[in-house]
Amino acid sequence: MDVFQETVFKLKKYWSDRGCVIQEPYDMEVGAGTMCPETFLRVLGPDPYRVAYVQPSRRPADGRYGENPNRLYKHQQLQVILKPSPDNILDLYLQSLGAIGIDLRKHDIKFEEDNWESPTLGAWGVGWQVMLDGLEITQFTYFQQCGGVDLDLVPAEITYGLERLVAFLQGVESIYEIQWAPTFTYEEVRLADELQGSVYNFELADVPTLWKMFDIFEGEAQRLLDLFVKYEEKKRFPLLATYEYVLKCSNTFNLLDARGAISVTERVGIIARVRKLAVGVAHAWMQQNYPAIPKEGAAA
Amino acid sequence: MSLPFLLEIGVEEVPDWMIVPALDNMRELFTAILTEHRLGGTVTSVDATPRRLVLRAEGLLEAQPDQTVTVSGPPASANEGAVAGFAKKQGVALADLKKVPTAKGNYWTFEKHVPGRKTADVLAESLAAFVGKIYFPKTMYWTGKGGPRFIRPIRWIVALLNDTVVPFEFAGVASGNTTSGHRILGKPSLPVTHATYESTLESNFVILDAQKRIERIAAAVEAAGATRDEELIHTLAYLTEYPTPITGTFDPAFLELPAEILSTVMRHHQRYFAIPGEGGKLKPEFVAVMNIGSDPDGLVQRGNERVLKARFNDGRFFWNVDLKRPLADRLEDLKNVTFQAKLGNYYEKTQRNIALAKELAAALKADTTSAARAAELAKCDLPTEMVKEFTELQGVVGGLYAREQGEPEPVWRGVYEHYRPVSMEDSIPASITGQIVSLADKIDTLRGCFDIGLIPSGSKDPFALRRAAQGAVKIIVEGGLRLSLTMLAGGNPQLREFLLDRVRYYFRDVHGYKYDEVNAVLATGADDLVDVSLRLEAIRQVRPTEDFEPLAASFKRIQNILKQAEFKATGDVDPALLEAGPEAELAAARVETKQRIAGKPYSEALAIIASMRPAVDDFFNKVLVNAPDERVRRNRLTLLSSLLSEFSTIADFSEIVVTTQQ
Repeated sequence: MDVFQETVFKLKKYWSDRGCVIQEPYDMEVGAGTMCPETFLRVLGPDPYRVAYVQPSRRPADGRYGENPNRLYKHQQLQVILKPSPDNILDLYLQSLGAIGIDLRKHDIKFEEDNWESPTLGAWGVGWQVMLDGLEITQFTYFQQCGGVDLDLVPAEITYGLERLVAFLQGVESIYEIQWAPTFTYEEVRLADELQGSVYNFELADVPTLWKMFDIFEGEAQRLLDLFVKYEEKKRFPLLATYEYVLKCSNTFNLLDARGAISVTERVGIIARVRKLAVGVAHAWMQQNYPAIPKEGAAA
Repeated sequence: MSLPFLLEIGVEEVPDWMIVPALDNMRELFTAILTEHRLGGTVTSVDATPRRLVLRAEGLLEAQPDQTVTVSGPPASANEGAVAGFAKKQGVALADLKKVPTAKGNYWTFEKHVPGRKTADVLAESLAAFVGKIYFPKTMYWTGKGGPRFIRPIRWIVALLNDTVVPFEFAGVASGNTTSGHRILGKPSLPVTHATYESTLESNFVILDAQKRIERIAAAVEAAGATRDEELIHTLAYLTEYPTPITGTFDPAFLELPAEILSTVMRHHQRYFAIPGEGGKLKPEFVAVMNIGSDPDGLVQRGNERVLKARFNDGRFFWNVDLKRPLADRLEDLKNVTFQAKLGNYYEKTQRNIALAKELAAALKADTTSAARAAELAKCDLPTEMVKEFTELQGVVGGLYAREQGEPEPVWRGVYEHYRPVSMEDSIPASITGQIVSLADKIDTLRGCFDIGLIPSGSKDPFALRRAAQGAVKIIVEGGLRLSLTMLAGGNPQLREFLLDRVRYYFRDVHGYKYDEVNAVLATGADDLVDVSLRLEAIRQVRPTEDFEPLAASFKRIQNILKQAEFKATGDVDPALLEAGPEAELAAARVETKQRIAGKPYSEALAIIASMRPAVDDFFNKVLVNAPDERVRRNRLTLLSSLLSEFSTIADFSEIVVTTQQ
């Protein structure tokens, strides 16, 4: 039986052998690996790219104080982007399961329709949830649009839910029982994080402060986007820093949501505010890196 | 020689629910190609698994039949140069041209012989466009921006006309003669012919015929004692190429959770079949369907059991957490749940539902307290953890919580049943509170949406108002609720008409009444659907009798006569003006019939009215309505008019479309 980190090593090695850059996790709070610049910005434009990385992903509302065996506030995703998607992508994916010890002749694999959409990122794609013996282990998406921009090359995004996958491989019934390293369990490594994260997210996060922060982050992102328009040396412009403020907005929104501070009616409006920034960055990114490509909607 | 044709589009897993419509569409599109290009033959089958869409046709011609086409040239009056130019352009001698008379005069023409093209060539040119035209609700591109679209990437294409490849290309994939077996168990590259196609697939773990896959699943489902859930079987048949059912078990301790919750988790979230046991409980077992041939080590079974355990644990967690708070306490939370921007939140909707439920209960002489309480609690499960996770349990879970928290049976049942019927096939709430709350909820939604102009048009019906109205009609009729449609429509004539549309549909499609029968009853202004139902039943009984339709025809005639005469009756018939014989007899029949039908059930009354037919026939055969004496004429019209008004109260006979000749 492989420990958690061994499975991660094997997946990284597998995708490294298939030409992927192996990145380290992005050093900011994100809700999913998709939001990292390595996905969100790299999928834009006509340049091929292949990358794989583990991304701890925060979903404050999913926290359960470390008490629920299947739910986490912060879970680990292994994110793979192959741009453009090769013709044998599904075979490559299935072989990656073989690489971590799953004999597919003895298991049941199904690809069930699951189309991914992120309203905050102005992004969507079509694909499947991959079911292994009734367990969803992977989200597979062919991106079509990101930041409101139709993609030149269609990337395949493979997102492995590492905790679920490894709990399955190790045959344990609780995520916390996963053997992370030979001498440490998942509980030993992460329980405090889950407990304290839940307490902060659900009980102690200060709503007025969070709203203030949201406004500040939004303001800074918007200020930068406005500056970009007139900025002479476009190549130098810090769009990556701008995008980081969008990510901060998004995470603050999730925290407010977990605190129950956002009504259903408000929700749509807040999502639209974040999306406007994400779309702004994506369009600016296209202009910065591919000035020859006409803007979406502009005459060819 | 007639040729068989085979097309297999190899594609990454197509969403199960899109497959059958796509196949129907393929059949239509390909038939159109055969017809348009005169290739002969017919589509003999369309089949699919998640990874392949297959069309087969037989009897195609080797080539299109040759044709003779008349090419029109210049008019006969044209100069020689123009005629010579035409001949030259057609590549023929002047002598081959003919003068032909047309509507515009004589023209030079040429009978051109067009040899038929080879079917293989025509298909090679048509197939790429054919593939691109197959309709899917949501498509993608994958070869790059602006590239061709399909439901998922196409990975191989087999196109064989009599075992010769029809060459074409779609999205960079060239057609060939090699298919691919099951993703895991089969070989990836398999040359096929017409004769070997299906058997090659079968030996590579692909069962092409969906019916066979369905039977494989259904047999196991029935053997395990589970209900034959056709919808789930169908879904699984189109999610698999080689479906093999297995059974699994779960800890009987979970049976303490309501069966509704367990079944929903199994069916909607895991696509398992639940197995009913005794006393409304389930057995601690399930049937799952794999997409491989066997599970020799029990790995798949154990995997599925573990997943189910985790989901049941979630369910138990939600159940316990939700029960900690009385349902009624959540009413306040509904202020944060929007119903519709202009119609407010669910708290406000609940207040309206309560008022309407009370009104309905009072009108029906039912228990208003239970109805009001059930309406108050009905939406309180929306903010519960259980409904957030398992949306399809809304209502049901609220009812279960209400029961656990000690609400009396009429109340919890009222909550439990208030979304029913969810479809035309679904049954209505069994309890009167359930019927009232369901009706109040639907009528409030309908009134609200109609008031703000959200009226369904064509296929646009985002609030599913047709379904709501249909459900309301079904509840009223099948629940035997004596209510006024006009009252339910809240004085909105558009809504009343909308409900009437559903009434027509309901009586026609569910009860098989004829169009004209429903119209005849509704034309009387009948407003109580239970009454409408009784009248229809009476018509159904009396209609086959010999007097009914002829009398209906006579009533139609009376209506036309009155219309032509622009006659409005002012008084009653004057007996002094009646002529002895058929006229006096008809007048007498009228009086007698009136007395005889008083207080009679509809079917008897209709039979009595129908028995007036000889008197009516006699009148029309022997009496001239347009008598020279104006007073006599008016008296006769009055007599006819009174027949129409007095005997069309059960059903307007003039709406009946007469099928038999008099």
